[in-house]
Amino acid sequence: MPAGLIHNYHPSASRYDEMLAARARPRPCWQAFAERLEDMPEEALLQREKFVRDAIKADGVSYNVYSDPQGNRRPWELDMLPLIIGDDEWSRLSAAVAQRGRLLNAILTDLYGPQCLLAEGLLPPALVFGQHGFRWPARGLHPPGGVWLFSYAADIARAPDGRWWVIADRTQGPSGSGYALQNRIIVSNAFPDAFRELHVNRLAGYFRTMQESIARIAPSDGETPLAVLLTPGPYNETYFEHAFLARYLGFPLVEGQDLTVRDNTVFLKTLRGLRRVHAVMRRLDDDYCDPLELRADSALGIPGLLGAARAGRVLVANAIGSGVLESGALFGFLPAICERLLGEPLAMPSVASWWCGEKPALDYVLGHLDELVIKPAFSGMRMNAVFGSLLRGEARHGMIERIRAQPHAYVAQEWVRLAQAPVWRRRRLQPRSVGIRVFSCAAGDGGYAVMPGALGRVAPHAGMEVISMQRGGLSKDTWIRASAPVRNTTMLKRRLGVDDLVRSGSDIPSRVGENLFWFGRYTERVEIGARLLRAALIRSTSGEDDAGQELAGLLAAARRTGMPVDEPEDAARGEDRPERQIIAALADAARPGSVAANLRALAFSAGQVRERLSSDNWHALNALEQLLATPIVSVDQALSAIDRVMQSCILFAGFALDDMTRDEGWRFLILGRRIERLERLAGLIPLPAASAAREREQMLEWLLEAADSIVTYRARYRREPELLPALHLIVFDHANPHSVRFQVDTLREYLALTARELGHPCPSPMIEPLARHLEDFDLRRFEDSDPEAALDALRVLLAEAASAAQALSDEVHRRYFIHTVRPVLLRRVA
Amino acid sequence: MSADGAVRYLIRHDTRYRYDQPVGESRQLMRLRPRELPRQHCLSHTLEIDPRPRRGEEYVDGFGNTVCSLHFEHEHDILFVRAESLVEITPFVPPAPGASPPWERARDELAYHAGRGLDAAHLEAAGFLFESRHVRIKHEFAEYAHADFPAAIPLLAGVDRLMRRIHREFTYDPEATGISTPVIDVLARRRGVCQDFAHLMLSCLRSLGLAARYVSGYILTHPPAGKARLVGADATHAWVSVFCPGAGWVDFDPTNAHIPTREHVTLAWGRDFADVSPLRGVILGGGGHEPEIAVTMVPEAERAVLYPESRPAAAFPPAAQTAPPA
Repeated sequence: MPAGLIHNYHPSASRYDEMLAARARPRPCWQAFAERLEDMPEEALLQREKFVRDAIKADGVSYNVYSDPQGNRRPWELDMLPLIIGDDEWSRLSAAVAQRGRLLNAILTDLYGPQCLLAEGLLPPALVFGQHGFRWPARGLHPPGGVWLFSYAADIARAPDGRWWVIADRTQGPSGSGYALQNRIIVSNAFPDAFRELHVNRLAGYFRTMQESIARIAPSDGETPLAVLLTPGPYNETYFEHAFLARYLGFPLVEGQDLTVRDNTVFLKTLRGLRRVHAVMRRLDDDYCDPLELRADSALGIPGLLGAARAGRVLVANAIGSGVLESGALFGFLPAICERLLGEPLAMPSVASWWCGEKPALDYVLGHLDELVIKPAFSGMRMNAVFGSLLRGEARHGMIERIRAQPHAYVAQEWVRLAQAPVWRRRRLQPRSVGIRVFSCAAGDGGYAVMPGALGRVAPHAGMEVISMQRGGLSKDTWIRASAPVRNTTMLKRRLGVDDLVRSGSDIPSRVGENLFWFGRYTERVEIGARLLRAALIRSTSGEDDAGQELAGLLAAARRTGMPVDEPEDAARGEDRPERQIIAALADAARPGSVAANLRALAFSAGQVRERLSSDNWHALNALEQLLATPIVSVDQALSAIDRVMQSCILFAGFALDDMTRDEGWRFLILGRRIERLERLAGLIPLPAASAAREREQMLEWLLEAADSIVTYRARYRREPELLPALHLIVFDHANPHSVRFQVDTLREYLALTARELGHPCPSPMIEPLARHLEDFDLRRFEDSDPEAALDALRVLLAEAASAAQALSDEVHRRYFIHTVRPVLLRRVA
Repeated sequence: MSADGAVRYLIRHDTRYRYDQPVGESRQLMRLRPRELPRQHCLSHTLEIDPRPRRGEEYVDGFGNTVCSLHFEHEHDILFVRAESLVEITPFVPPAPGASPPWERARDELAYHAGRGLDAAHLEAAGFLFESRHVRIKHEFAEYAHADFPAAIPLLAGVDRLMRRIHREFTYDPEATGISTPVIDVLARRRGVCQDFAHLMLSCLRSLGLAARYVSGYILTHPPAGKARLVGADATHAWVSVFCPGAGWVDFDPTNAHIPTREHVTLAWGRDFADVSPLRGVILGGGGHEPEIAVTMVPEAERAVLYPESRPAAAFPPAAQTAPPA
């Protein structure tokens, strides 16, 4: 037992410590927790530490770091010890944050409207028109309910005297509430007893309020409002949070290309057609939101979104242009503005700041550089905070020059010694600088609801002042203690009725369907490719006489199915031994059609629908990606890589059948697999016309192998492959899941079902004649003396199958994924 | 010419996009309607658009320009827009440069002092003091402009000198720059087109702390002596406007080294080209698509240039037009 865990915690005396009021004496709201900590055996603490680490891994909580050379995902860093704040203090804090939300909303209303603040000299024009974040196209807009700032977060921290200060305002699209929720789920499970006994306020109610006020504020015209969460995509630093929040709030997670604007109305392209969107919660910076009126080079936005906002047809949360208030240079002007706009004093001070654009402030800054932190006044500037006291010699001189040259571009803030809190590190408690991000959202009645909890943000190293998740900071759960036991609300508290039952996702974005479709196609493509290459590789190294001809036929078939294999004559002329060619067709991702290239495409499609695949799928995918990273040189390595690829493919197939909800999205995955298999089989089977009968029978062996039907064949016939039974098995047998017939039957069934469910008029026309021709094909023709005629007829049939597969794929795209023209019929969905 | 010396111009502005591949969906914003100004009245304005848009509507942007927003939903290979306007201009007598206040006063009046309010004119001007996409505030620009702004020189005299110097020291060269050429490169190369000269002059003025905006419009060109006016030979033009306390906004055309008085027609203004591009849009599909633009501006008396006598030219504009000359 770590004797005196609390006793051995030595916070700096010059700072405020969140936990201790004095040496070894916890503050009242920490008392109970500190006692538990003190009594806990080290073993138990280590166990909890491991629990937290494992939970983060298991949930896949990550934070992408743009500048991370290691690739882009990094596990979220969470300290297991919560930060604890008492009830009284919190009610003051949250009232102050709510007031600031109202204030900032009022400022936005003024800046994009009458601009009284500028006319009256309460705000310098430089901090408005000079800001990159001021969006001229937003001038004159009237957002629904007057809400410019739907969600607002304040970064606050404590000065040594214990007072809270605002150190930054987040108005663009504040991130972190999802991480706070995730932290809560993990930490409350790490300390379940303490969590219960300390009467910690729950977070779910806040998210419920958020849902309700979106529904209240969004212009719904009597419809049930549909809100979506707009993300820049999987490469964004906080993508995990976007996916997590979307799921938690029940909003479809969409990218710009999922939305379209018609008649100044925003629509979500779903598999069922277009559905009106009433609210867009955006996590995409506003400049990227509409290439028509904002950054023209943005491929992430929705052309026409601003037009829809201008027409009042959609709530954009936060409104385009809200990022203009993120500058710390505004702080000094807020007290007077608060009096002017709200008629009340500003409840929480901002950290003392001097905007250098005013002469007296500039003089002060230059005279007191050592006590100040220099920051950019404009949010677009690429500059980190600079501590004046650390500037020496040339650097100091240069900074002063830059400030003098463009004073309005700089703001200086008092260097506040941030409060500290204990983190669990190396088996003891260590003090770290700490601040919290407090979240709020418009409540729909003019006020702001504040989340009773916060994202604790901890500096990465002892003695470090800067807190930034981008730069390796830690996070903490923040417990707000209630004076009385709290009700255990969850998002699912209200009893659900029959109408609430979600049977299948009716709002599945077309992009999701499309990526599942291609996920299915690529899995199949990879599998067949791997199978062919394995058959080829084995024959290329077997020393048997017939192997050479078999190999030639195999490689020709591989080429027919789109793999990068040379014509036999070219191959013969070249120096390359066939193995080398086969290995390249397997492992060279730079060659289109290689197994490696297809695996890459597979991983990309899967990445686009990350949130819909189970973690088992991900493990299989990760294993595949690792496989690709290791070089493959020898035949042995190639064979073992192929084995592992095939294993993964079998896993994917298993997950698809057994593991996934059978909603519309799933059906597209299966359609993708079947269409791909149909196309590949149709390309594989046609045997060269000139082949002598004996050569042909040799080919049947690998053909059955490549079509994964050799085992079935042997079980049925117990003899060497012959033409008729082999072709029957892989073309006409409706019970063989690897036959052409099976693909056609399944496609017929699923296409009809999909068309019916998604409200399309008729199933696809081209599949019916194909099915009939398969049915009508007379196999007795193969018993005739000359099977060539029968083979010719079969080639025609297979060519029809191949082109039907391509046409079906196009049709699926046109019907369900692309919505450039109005869909024929829109079925109403509840 | 009317009693107060007003002159009238007919302007035809054709834009044609030929797309390599069919465009499935397209949205366009057009700033093609001449602004209503004290000395400029748009007497008529028509648009001919092919194919027919699914939806079209007008709104006024943050700078007061009228924008026409179009949405096309059906596949097309060519987009053709013809804007025809009849505009009346009252010639402008520029204020005597010497009578304007010292340039430092104009600068200081726009600088922020805590608690000092701004009247409507200064508030409007404040929007044009800072950097924008194509206009930079840098000491290089301030240094370049400095020679023309000695202490206490009247603002308009200084701006006039700067304009003439740009005209003198810079070469008009359509090959030298593109839309994305940074203005600092224009300064270094001493070459460019009207748009570059306007952005350069704006950068100089704003780097001095003065308020200046970008004006997009048309200018009357004069065919060489003895030659006939050619249809479609003109282009859109760009110049700058400077805020002068007391006098308001005064235009300067650095490409031609003169103050526009009667031969410039103002379409729109903004911080720079990006705010007032006459036509900007987003298309799905299409591939490459450089627009062909043909502008013709003629005094009303020469309307026959646009509407040859063989055609009934009584009404303006004519009910239908054939395709413009290539």
